[in-house]
Formats: sequence, structure tokens, C-alpha cells
Amino acid sequence: MVDLIDVPAPVDGPAPTRTAALRSAAAYLLYRLDLVLCVLWLVMVAGWAVLPGVFSRQDPLTGVAAERLRPPSAHHPLGTDQLGRDLYARVVHGAALSLQAALIAVGVALVLGSAVGLAAGSLGHRAGELIMRIVDVLLAIPALLTALALITALGFGTVQVAVAVGVATAATFARVMRAEVLRIRAAPYIGAARCAGARGWWIAVRHVIPNTAGPVLVLAALEFGTAILFISTLSFLGLGAAPPAPEWGSLVSAGRNYLNTAWWLTTLPSITVAVTVLAANRIARQLEHRRG
Amino acid sequence: MADLLSVRRLRVSYRSGRQTVPAVAGVDLTVRRGEVVAVVGESGSGKSTIAHAIIGLLRDNARIEAGEILFAGTDLLTRTDRQLGEVRGRGIGFIPQDPAVSLNPVLPVGIQVAEVLLIHRQARDRRDALAQAVDLLARAGLPDPQRCAHQYPHQLSGGMCQRVLIAIALAGRPQLLIADEPTSALDVTVQRQILDHLEALAREDGTAVLLITHDLAVAADRAQQIVVLSQGRLVEQGPTEALLADPTHPYTQRLVADAPRLTDSRLEAGAPPPPTGPPRQPVLTVRGLTKVYRGDTPAVDGIDLSIARGETLALVGESGSGKSTTARLLVGLDRPTAGSILVDGVDVSALNRAGRRALHRRVQIVDQNPYAAMDPRFTVRQIVEEPLRAFRVADRPARQARIAELLDQVALPASLARRRPAELSGGQRQRVAIARALALHPQLLICDEPVSALDVTVQAQILRLLARLRAELGLSMLFITHDLAVVRRIADRVAVMRAGRLVETGHADDVLTRPDHPYTRQLLEAVPGADRAVLAAPRPSSPLPGE
Repeated sequence: MVDLIDVPAPVDGPAPTRTAALRSAAAYLLYRLDLVLCVLWLVMVAGWAVLPGVFSRQDPLTGVAAERLRPPSAHHPLGTDQLGRDLYARVVHGAALSLQAALIAVGVALVLGSAVGLAAGSLGHRAGELIMRIVDVLLAIPALLTALALITALGFGTVQVAVAVGVATAATFARVMRAEVLRIRAAPYIGAARCAGARGWWIAVRHVIPNTAGPVLVLAALEFGTAILFISTLSFLGLGAAPPAPEWGSLVSAGRNYLNTAWWLTTLPSITVAVTVLAANRIARQLEHRRG
Repeated sequence: MADLLSVRRLRVSYRSGRQTVPAVAGVDLTVRRGEVVAVVGESGSGKSTIAHAIIGLLRDNARIEAGEILFAGTDLLTRTDRQLGEVRGRGIGFIPQDPAVSLNPVLPVGIQVAEVLLIHRQARDRRDALAQAVDLLARAGLPDPQRCAHQYPHQLSGGMCQRVLIAIALAGRPQLLIADEPTSALDVTVQRQILDHLEALAREDGTAVLLITHDLAVAADRAQQIVVLSQGRLVEQGPTEALLADPTHPYTQRLVADAPRLTDSRLEAGAPPPPTGPPRQPVLTVRGLTKVYRGDTPAVDGIDLSIARGETLALVGESGSGKSTTARLLVGLDRPTAGSILVDGVDVSALNRAGRRALHRRVQIVDQNPYAAMDPRFTVRQIVEEPLRAFRVADRPARQARIAELLDQVALPASLARRRPAELSGGQRQRVAIARALALHPQLLICDEPVSALDVTVQAQILRLLARLRAELGLSMLFITHDLAVVRRIADRVAVMRAGRLVETGHADDVLTRPDHPYTRQLLEAVPGADRAVLAAPRPSSPLPGE
């Protein structure tokens, strides 16, 4: 077989030397400094959630009455609250609850939404349209309202709030998933798989789901930021973590009463939430860009 | 004649990621006034890069490393972008490759031509520009230019859009016209009209043309000079006649040898031709097959076909004639509106879901675009294995053995089994697609334009492969193509399709040499290179060289 033209496409150039590779990696990181900072921030927040004791040695639950409502200082980097508890310690210890709730919410939304979207995309035109109209109704109701309604049914607590937020945001996943499924199902390789004798479930599991995973996972990263915001909002409204457990949303809420005298009680936890949401969005955008 | 354009030692490279890939590596070429020069090369040979370098429209990641481009005595590479704007349009007109994406979809085409006239201040005002635009559209050969000028690109066919692009290129009355594959996306009959027209324009106005094409036959028909490129290097150049009659470089020789031509004989692969005489039992019989998509005119309109065991029927037609729809109906990817499809005497359209699935053991398809027809996440092994797994053919070790055998049959090295489609060349992908189609030992193989996306040399290899497999496995084939020269190589019988109907069916020799229907005749006349002594001469028959 003389395959003169039929040579494989070049996959890689000459292997760069170790130092050159390091240098170009450093250049890339500098070029993407914003992205690097976002990743570092999320790593730090994840560290708070997993090992809060390493980041803050003070007790988040018991305060020193003599040191109540102190502004930020060297000893209390974010100040103290009305009971003299260190705000930094409360933010650090609150990360676990907030992140956990956000992960549960995104997980519920991802699984539920994708399943509905996959069904709507695979079951044929009529069934798909019916499912999507129901999804449209869900989308038409503000997600916060849906979540509130679900919480009244499920009861109070962080997990309940997370599940409610997950269900309320699942509709977005369903839409994206269905669009992806319809796109993939029109691809010639699905026809080829059918010609190869593959059955419906095989095509769904082996061809459709792996190829839709990209956009759906990017959406999950994007929704992670939104979920943190939602959960903080619901906690702010007093539906989430029961006091004295620290949670970002309830921290903001508790500080509201002292807005005039102790600005740091609302501002600094709010900034923490905002930066975390921004970082999650920035990373999600990057993932989306890499796919595009 | 003076040199109008002279490219000297041009080197262009593309930066991709961290590496630099040379696209053009030191090319010299000259175009004299009033001359048609063809640049011929396969995909990736750098021919379009040269065209873009000349008009200064290289992509951002391209870099001109060295060389000069002299147009009417001045070096274009030293000009600023603003100065180049004067040269573009007025000095050099450019006809881009793809008419479908090269026009602004939200403006009527007349306005788009008028725009050029206004930019080059060749019209007094908008009204005058529009009037001139209509004239230009007429000169570009657009029927009813007055009406077309007010239409949007999506309302025009591909051939008409290409004429609009020609009108735009001509608007500045350029001395040189660069046409980058101006007809590759078009049917042969349209291609012929467009090229005829370009040639006439060049002759009347003394405009020089730099014609960039992958099709040696098109170059042979139209150019006085041919420049052959391969992998960014100039391989050979010279006057058309001399170069085709006596190519000196091995690459050119191979290009000339591999160009499909109407006088070719059928590829036999060492096996005797199918016996003639008593009619063989048909594998496939199609009666009155019709497919109507939602209230439209029928895509397939009552066609009758039959394919005997071991026979190859070529289904020929231009784009939109319903060939691919027919293929989808035959493999059961679509249900016919009316008519019957009998495979081995069993009516397929009456089958239930399980029956249709079982049909795939006997009828398989090789798709037009092998890249799109493979899951990008699958490896070659998984792709070929899929039909075996779906029908639970054999156990795991036996399946692996069968995969190795199939890859061997299509002449792919076993080391490729772990690659993914994106890491394969076009020819390799088509081999994988063929291996997958053969996995279940089908009786009938439906090939939908299997070679139209490939370079001629690879095309010749795939055709030889199909001919060999057909002989070895006793396959029947329905070979769908728009290229009559390819038909000659592979088909026993030919069916010509137009607007959903069959206009002519017959033995390949008869149809190609003595066509009955005027449409078939028109198709045959439009095949480029048909009247070229060198390209039309029967080649010395060699059983299967190079396969």
C-alpha cells in the first residue's frame, strides 16, 4: 500500500525542552492573570469549607462580649459582630454550608434538568414539545418564587433550600440539554450508528450523552455562582441555616440591623459572596470559550 | 507581453498555538497581461494562501516570511493597507471560494455591487451606481439582472451568487482577476457556464486571470500556463499542453495519472467482469419510490431501480436531484411516502422497527462526509466495533480479530485503531467508514459520494479499494456521485437523476458514449477536460497500480 498523500495529520511539533515549556507556561499564566486569581480564590474558599480550622483559629460560635461590634483590625481582620464573634472566622466556617448547599443545588438541577432535556429530545416531536411547554411554565415563574414555594413544602434548613434551588433552576438545564440532544441527533454519526444497528438506549448512552456533556457542564459551572447567590438570598430571608450556624446569606442578614453603626457586618460577607460568584462565572466563561 | 504579476520567492507560514507551520515555502510565479494561469494543487498545498497573500487578505495568524509580490512593477508587500485598498478592486479583482458565505446576507446583491463602484468613485451617485451594477450583473451572465439586483443572496442559487461575486470582482475593471476555486461548490453544468464566461471576459477585456483550482482538468481546459504546487512548494510549471503531455516531476505525473477521465476503463481488480447472459437475481428492486417532505415538491418522485447480485449501479445527478434522499430511504433512515423497496424480495417499507434494524445486516451505507459520520469521541476500533456489538456478533476476542481483519481489508495499519477521527486524514477516515460498513458482511453497499471530498490521488486509491473489495466480497453497490468520470471507473450500469426523477438508465458504456437524454448529454459535455487530448486519451490499462 503506497499511501503517499494519506499520511496522518501532524499531531505535535518537536517536543519543547523543559525550560522552554516552563517559561511559556509562566507566560500563559501571566497572560491569564485574572483567571489565575479566580482559580486561586475558589481554591481558597474550598479550603475554608474543608479545613476551616487551618484558616481561622478563632471560634465562630462563641464571642467575647467585651469585643462586640469592633471594626476590622489586625486581631479581627473583618471585625466582630454584635455578640463579639470574629466575623472572619464566621465567614470561613460558613463557606462549608454555603458551598455544600450550592453543590447540592447544582447537582439536583444538573441531574433533573438533563434527564428531562434528554427525554424531551429523544422521545419524538410531540412528547418533546409537551415536556418543553411544561418547562417553559417553570421558567416563566421567577426561580426565587418557585424555590420559596418548594421550601414551604419541604421545610426549613440548608439541604431543603439547596434542593429547592436545584429544582427551581433545573428548567435551564432542560432547555440546554434538549437543544444539544436535538443537535447531536441530527448529526450524521447518529444515522451511521442507526445503520450499524445500534438501539435507542445505546445511542443515548454512548453517543448523545457524552457529546452533550460539554455545554451542560459549562452551564453547571455558570449556575454554581447563581446557586450561591440564591442560597444566600434564601438564607438572608431566614429560610436556611438556623442560628447560630454561620452561613454567608444569614451573615449578611444578621448584619443588616447594624448597618448604621457596623458597615462591615453586611459589606464584607456580601463582598465574599460577590467575589465567589464572579470567580465561578469567570471560570465558566473560560470553559465555554475553550469549547467554542 | 509584460509581466503583470510576479511573485518571487514567497514564503508564508501560519502560527498555530506555539508552533509555526510553513504553508508556502518559496514560490515563484508570473502572470502576463491577458493570460490565464492556473495554480493546481491538492488541499493543503498552499494555493489559497498565495492568493490571499497577493491581495493582502491573509488571516491574522499568517506571516509573510520573505519574498516579494510585484504587481505592475510595484511591490505590494511594502504598501500600506490604505494603498492596498486602491490596488484591490481596481488593479486586482478577487473571486472567493464559497459563494454561499461570501455575500452579505442582509443586503440586496445589486447594492453590494454598487458599493464597490462607489468606493472606487466610478459612479456619480447611488442611482448611477445601481444602474451600472445592473449592467455588471448582466455582464457576469446573470439572467434577468434587473430583478436579481433587488434580491437577497438566499433567494439566488449557488451559481447565481457566484456570478454576483464575479460582477463585484469586475466592478473596478481590474487588470488581474484572482479566482480561488470559483466553481468547486457548483454542479458541472453550472461550473462550465461560469468558466466559459470568465474565459470570454478575459479574452474580450484582456484581463489576466489567476485561476486557483484542485481540478487538473479544469486547469487544462482553461489555462495557458499551469503551475503545480505540492506542500507549499512549486513542483512544476509550464505551458498547459507541454506540461500535460510530458509531466517531468513525479508528483505531476501522478496527478495526471490519477485524474478521473471519461475514457477510463472499469476497475476490475483482477476478477473477471460479472457474467452477462441470463439475468441475475436482483438484490435490490425499487418501484415507484417517492418521498415528499412536508407539502413541498417531491425530493424523490417515483423512481424505479434494480441492482443485480455483484452489480454496481451508479446514480448520477447534480445537487438537489434527490440522490442522497434516495440513499437515506434505501438504508431505512427515512420512510418513503410511496413506493416499495425490495431487498432480496422482502419489502423493506412494510417492516416494523426490528425488521428495519435487521435490514442493516444486509444493506450498509458509506457516507459522503466520513468525518461527520463518526462520533468524534470514538476511536477507530470503537467505530468499527459498533455494528458488531449492536448485533452481538461473536464474543470479545473474536470481535477484536474481526476488527483487525476489517482494517486489513481496507489497507489501514492496525496501529491506527487507537486514533480518533480528528487524527486521521480524509482518505483514512473514508477507509474506516468502509470498514465499518463491511463489518456485518452486507450484500449491498450504498456509497453516497464517497470520494467527492477527497483529493484526486486519494480518490483514485479509494476507488481502487472499493473495486477490489467488490471483487473479493461479491458486493453489490449503489454508487451515488455527481462526477461522471468517477462513474466510468466503477459502474456497470448508470441511472441519471434530475429533479427527483430518473431520466435515463442503461449500461455504463452506452450511457457515457451514446447518451439518449439531452440532460445526460449536457452533463457529459460539461465534464472538464473532456475535449483535452491528453486527459481524454485512454490510459494504458494497468490492473491496480499503487493500491
